[in-house]
Amino acid sequence: MTRIIRGKAWVFGNDVDTDVIIPARYLVTSDPERLGEHCMEGLDPAFPAKVAPGDFIVAGDNFGCGSSREHAPLALKGAGCGGVIAASFARIFFRNAINVGLPIFECPEAAGTIAAGDLLEVDPSSGTITITGSGRVFHFAPFPTFIEGLVAAGGLIPFVRRELEGRRAR
Amino acid sequence: MAKTLVQAILSKKSAETPEEGALCRARVDFAFANDITASPAIRSFREMGAEKVFDPARCAVLPDHFTPNKDIAAAEQAKEAREFALEQGMLYWEQGRVGIEHAFLPEQGHILPGEIILGADSHTCTGGALGAFATGVGSTDLAAVWALGETWLRVPTTIKVRFEGEKPKNIGGKDLILAVLSLIGVQGARYRALEFSGEVTARLPMDDRFTIANMAVETGAKAGLFAPDRTTLDWLTPRAARTFEPAHPEKGARYEKEVVVEVSGMTPLVALPHSPANVRPALEAGLMPVDQVFIGSCTNGRLSDLEQAARVLRGRKVHPSVRCIVIPASREIFADALRLGFIDIFIEAGAVVCTPTCGPCLGGHMGILAKGERCVSTSNRNFVGRMGHPDSEVVLSGPLVAASSAVAGRVADPSEVLPND
Repeated sequence: MTRIIRGKAWVFGNDVDTDVIIPARYLVTSDPERLGEHCMEGLDPAFPAKVAPGDFIVAGDNFGCGSSREHAPLALKGAGCGGVIAASFARIFFRNAINVGLPIFECPEAAGTIAAGDLLEVDPSSGTITITGSGRVFHFAPFPTFIEGLVAAGGLIPFVRRELEGRRAR
Repeated sequence: MAKTLVQAILSKKSAETPEEGALCRARVDFAFANDITASPAIRSFREMGAEKVFDPARCAVLPDHFTPNKDIAAAEQAKEAREFALEQGMLYWEQGRVGIEHAFLPEQGHILPGEIILGADSHTCTGGALGAFATGVGSTDLAAVWALGETWLRVPTTIKVRFEGEKPKNIGGKDLILAVLSLIGVQGARYRALEFSGEVTARLPMDDRFTIANMAVETGAKAGLFAPDRTTLDWLTPRAARTFEPAHPEKGARYEKEVVVEVSGMTPLVALPHSPANVRPALEAGLMPVDQVFIGSCTNGRLSDLEQAARVLRGRKVHPSVRCIVIPASREIFADALRLGFIDIFIEAGAVVCTPTCGPCLGGHMGILAKGERCVSTSNRNFVGRMGHPDSEVVLSGPLVAASSAVAGRVADPSEVLPND
């Protein structure tokens, strides 16, 4: 995850739950693009039509609380969302996002400052979020080493594949 | 250093010392998915290059969410899950013999004290009622467990929750966990574990413990645990599917903080829209007419819940403007409720009784809300659009308040319907 991501900010509040990210009635598929057609519908029915590739969700505390549905980060990916910047993440959503490769950035200062429509540039390798208009820069802490390893491996799937290959070789 | 219950369990299942905040790899005793979460798990499992689950007797698929299949797409997902389970020789129970995973798996003795349980469903934390470290994960995490038989975890700090005092008759597990939510909020235990204790807890039947542990996730918690005691072991003796080794918290263990819930004098609680932490006494809800009442779910669809609902509905009628839907949480509960005459009471009262399913709880089927409608529900979440239209409302309560509201046609305290009880 070293690529710089650029996009517009869509701002939401605290405790954005997985039922509004992707309502359960759509969980008859796990295809990201089909899920993406209904992404964030619970809070803004027009969101899937408005969001452009690379755009960011910016939210407060406890983003992704509620259900364990992996369909939530998949829907965000399918809608073209470039990543989520939040003050904090609910724990299952955090794991799911890492596992399916949705970029997430925990940064309370950025989450509290960014306004709807701000253009953002996120550089995962330097750990910075920049509001392009004002030039204001925020720093986010890197993940713990093990999780960085998961991200670097391309997510949990390649990580497990390697582990299984190792076990077979033994 | 003295261990919390979580640390005591993890130290038996991991090669590493489970220091709070550290990441550790731990062996998993049981891992399951449902008809919604199995499909992406199967895809991830294949992409991992995995061929066989680590132990088919410890891996399960349960068709409970959109079953009996609500539409063609749901039927396809259920079929994929069934075929995978058969291919792998995993545990699988067909509709008619199954139940909601978090009610059914404990009944079948697959959730045991001292074990680590991972489920691709957030309410997997229900298993904490039996003294297991049980937590919900996404489908890819679950696939990794199926492939490897282990997982990685961040060792959580623990908040001790003490229920103290004398429990009034009309107070149940749901009221107790709603009281916790009102004190610590929906992220008060984010990344932490809850350990339940106190004099009320010691006398609490299993059904109430399941309800409390079930909604631990609503506080953001990774797990919510009860130390196993006589009640736990008595309940498990005829059920346990494997031998097990209970773990206990050690004297002097360090807790991040203690939360004390004074239970004496409590009256039944509700959580108003749109947060499980938006809690107040049912008596103070104000005039809130209801269109639907749902009594069921992995939170409150057990036998004692149905018994309480039957206590209210016996000889009474569901209000003419209310649809009352009762869904026993498992086949065994359904059969017992039938034998005990509860089902007759519900049908005589004018309620709908359905086969075990998650159904309306997550807005799947069997009771979806239209725009502007309000439901009193014994389930666990009242987020925007949870049970249907984004402009519908869900009020969470225990079964006594739900059944009383079904009779009154508005949110009601049991004392308003059971005056001489």
